[in-house]
Amino acid sequence: MYRIISLFLVVTLFHASQVFAATELLNVSYDPTRELYQDYNKAFARHWKQKTGQDVTVKQSHGGSGKQARAVIDGLDADVVTLALAYDVDEIHNKAKLIPKDWQKRLPKNSSPYSSTIVFLVRKGNPKQIRDWNDLVRPGVSVITPNPKTSGGARWNYLAAWAYALKQKGGNEASAREFVGKLFRNVPVLDSGARGATTTFVQRGQGDVLIAWENEAFLAVNELGKDRFEIVVPSLSILAEPPVALVDRVVDRKGTRAVAQEYLKYLYSQEGQEIAAQNYYRPSDRKVAAKYAKLFPKLRLVTVDQTFGGWTRAQKTHFADGGTFDQIYRPGR
Amino acid sequence: MARSLKKSHAAGWGNLPGFAPTMGYTLLCLLVVVLVPLSTLFFKAATLTWDEFVGAVAAPRVLASYRVTFGAALLAALTNAFFGVIVAWALVRYRFPGRRILDALVDLPFALPTAVAGITLAGIFASNGWLGNVLEPLGIKVAFTPVGIWLAMVFIGLPFVVRTVQPVLEEFDREVEEAAACLGGNRWQIFTRVVFPLMFPAVLTGFTLAFARAVGEYGSIVFIAGNMPMVSEITPLLIITKLEQYDYAGATAVAVVMLLVSFMLLLVLNLLQKWSRRYAEQ
Repeated sequence: MYRIISLFLVVTLFHASQVFAATELLNVSYDPTRELYQDYNKAFARHWKQKTGQDVTVKQSHGGSGKQARAVIDGLDADVVTLALAYDVDEIHNKAKLIPKDWQKRLPKNSSPYSSTIVFLVRKGNPKQIRDWNDLVRPGVSVITPNPKTSGGARWNYLAAWAYALKQKGGNEASAREFVGKLFRNVPVLDSGARGATTTFVQRGQGDVLIAWENEAFLAVNELGKDRFEIVVPSLSILAEPPVALVDRVVDRKGTRAVAQEYLKYLYSQEGQEIAAQNYYRPSDRKVAAKYAKLFPKLRLVTVDQTFGGWTRAQKTHFADGGTFDQIYRPGR
Repeated sequence: MARSLKKSHAAGWGNLPGFAPTMGYTLLCLLVVVLVPLSTLFFKAATLTWDEFVGAVAAPRVLASYRVTFGAALLAALTNAFFGVIVAWALVRYRFPGRRILDALVDLPFALPTAVAGITLAGIFASNGWLGNVLEPLGIKVAFTPVGIWLAMVFIGLPFVVRTVQPVLEEFDREVEEAAACLGGNRWQIFTRVVFPLMFPAVLTGFTLAFARAVGEYGSIVFIAGNMPMVSEITPLLIITKLEQYDYAGATAVAVVMLLVSFMLLLVLNLLQKWSRRYAEQ
C-alpha cells in the first residue's frame, strides 16, 4: 500500500513539475551559430529571469540552413528561426504560411541583429600571395568553397565573387559570369556544407584558399592555430545578413509569443550585440561596433537587395536548376 | 519439405497455426513502414507534368549521376562479392588467433554512422592522409574522385556478403568435398565444381544486398566524393540538392527513377538467384 502511495506521489509530482516547468523555446538555426547561441541563451535566461522571474531554457537545433527551414516547414516546432539567408525564411512563409509575408520588416535592420561577410582563409605566410578576388581565378590557385546548391554560405560566397566582378571597371553581367565560371574551375572539391568545406581545407589540406564566413574563418584561426592560417580580407565583399524570425503559428499554439519575441529583441540589446561580436559576428549597434572595430576590418560591402534584387530573385537567376551556376559550372565537359 | 508446407497452406490457412495473425501483422507492417511512405513518393512526383518530370530526371547532370551511382555500386558489389567470399572462407575454414575479433569487426560498417566512415576514409586517402600521401605520388587519386565513391561503397557493403556466405559455408557438408577428393578431383576442381556452385546463391544474395545498399548510400560518400558535377556526383546528392531548393516534386521524381531502376535490377538479380538455386539443387 505504502508503495502504491509513493508511486502515486511520484507520478503526480512529475506531472506537477511539467505544468510549472520552465518555459522552453526552440531556436532552429544553421551550423556556424552554434557557439554564438550557446553563449546568448545563457545570457537571455538570466535577462528573462530578472525581468519576469520566470525560468526559460532555450533548446538549439543546428544544421544546414535549407535543411533546417525544411524541417520547420514539415512541422518542427521552432519558436524562432535564425537562419543563414532570408530566402530560407521566405520559403517558410511560401510553403507553410507559418510566418507572415512581411516578416523581415518586424525587426530592425531587415531582421538581422548581426551581420557577417565573406573573407578568405589562406595558409600561413600566404604562399600563393592571395590578396583579392582576382587572385582566385589565377591558374594554379586551388579554391575551396562548398556547393551553392546545397549550402547557404556558399551562395554568399558566389554572390560576393559575382559582385566583385560586376563592380570592376567595365564590369557587366557577361564579365561577372566569366569571372565566376573561371573561379569555380579552380575548385577541386565541392562540399555540401560550409563546415565540410572548412574541414576539407583545414584538416585535409586541400586547396590554397578557403572562401568562408568571416566568423567561421576567425573560429578556424583561433581554434586551430594562428601559426597555420591567416585571414585575408578582399577589397570588396558582400554584406551577409543572417535573419531571425518569430514563427507565429508555433508560438501562438505553444503560448510562448511573449518570451520568443523578447528572445529576438534582446539580440539587439547591448549585451546581445556584445555576445555576437565576441563570436565574430559584426554587431549592428553603432556603439558596440565601435568597441569591437579592431576585430573587424573595414571593407566595401554590397548588399543582395541592391546588387541582386533580393534573395528570391538571386536564387531564381543563379542557383535554381538550369540557372547561371549550372550553366557556368560543368567540369568534365 | 518446403514443397509439402506450401501445399498445406494452399489447401487452407487454418492448417497452419498462427498463420492468419502473423500474415496480417506482416502485411500491416509492410504497409505502414514501406508501402505507404513509398507510394507518397509517387503521388508527389505525380504533381509534375510529364515534361517537367522528364526535365527533372533526364537532365545531363542527373544522367551523369545515375552512371556514377549505379556504375560504382555495381563495381563495389562485385568487389565485395569477391573479397567477401574470401573473408567468409577464412573465418569459417581456418582457426587462428584473433578470429573472433575479426569476425566481430566485419559487422562494424553496419553499426558505424556512415558519415563517420566517410570522414575517416577521406582523412586517410586525402593527399595529406596516411595512405593518400603514399598513393598520390604514384598517380593514384582516391579521395575526391569516383574511386573514393567506390571505396566508400565497398566499405559499407562488405558485411552483407560475408554474413550471407558464412552460414552456408558453416553448414557445408565436408563429406561432399571428401567424396570429390576420393574421386580424384584436385583442390581447384573441388572448389569450382562442388563448393562454389553450392555457395553461389548465397554469394548472389550478398551481392544483391551490397549493391542495393551502395545505391542508396549518401552519408559516407559525400565526404569523399568531391561532388563534382558530371564527374563524381551521386544521385542521392542531387536529390538533396533539389530539396535544398524546396523542389520537393523534382526531388521525388529523381527518387522514383532510382527506386524503379533499383527495383528492376533487384528483380533481375532475384530471378537469377532462383535459377542458380535450382541449378545448385540439381
